[in-house]
Amino acid sequence: MITILYFASLRENLGRGAEQIALPTGTCDLKSLRALLRVRGAAWGQAMADGSRVRAAVNQDLAGDDAAIKDGDEIAFFPPVTGG
Amino acid sequence: MPVRIQTEDFEAGREIANLRRDNAAVGAIASFIGVVRELNDGAKVAGMTLEHYPGMTEKSIAGIIEQAKERWNIHDALVVHRVGELKPLDQIVLVAVTGAHRGEAFSACEFIMDYLKTHAPFWKKEQTPGGSRWVEARESDDVAVQRWQSKA
Repeated sequence: MITILYFASLRENLGRGAEQIALPTGTCDLKSLRALLRVRGAAWGQAMADGSRVRAAVNQDLAGDDAAIKDGDEIAFFPPVTGG
Repeated sequence: MPVRIQTEDFEAGREIANLRRDNAAVGAIASFIGVVRELNDGAKVAGMTLEHYPGMTEKSIAGIIEQAKERWNIHDALVVHRVGELKPLDQIVLVAVTGAHRGEAFSACEFIMDYLKTHAPFWKKEQTPGGSRWVEARESDDVAVQRWQSKA
């Protein structure tokens, strides 16, 4: 199982803040996880599209498409940050 | 703890006094305070909600402070950032840096703030007369942080 967190406008658009899912193949990378989530519906397709402005983190570090994901990891998706 | 995320307000004078306490090697303290502005993108802001990613936010800012310490000869740095409900005039963030000389303290303080704005996971939602809206990231913030990548 992996934990996926969603923040800010993404959480509102997708209607959830957190979930746990089983990785189909046991391991994958961020790009394939986004492809897996994209088929859930229109809002998901937009948020998880290639080239989307949505950022991702793996185990609380900013991560790119090729970042590896393994069982037990915490993945987060969120819009560009606006603190300070 | 060099990074604190809290809903409560902070008192810059007390934070700075704690940061430099008993350290006679400190000759300069640079600080920055960000506050809630009443106007943003042409709309009157009645208030805002600041959301963050607990855990990653602290880790990310601690990493930014480490980078600043590698880059400049500074003694210490502190970041206090508020989350939750805030109104115009409220303080949002404090960055304070101590060092032997002002130049390095000024640079490190600005560097930490520029990286915080573009890398630390916080999001603002504003309440305006037209309803609530998520604040969009600014291109000028990306430009600000890029300056540090080209500077030696």
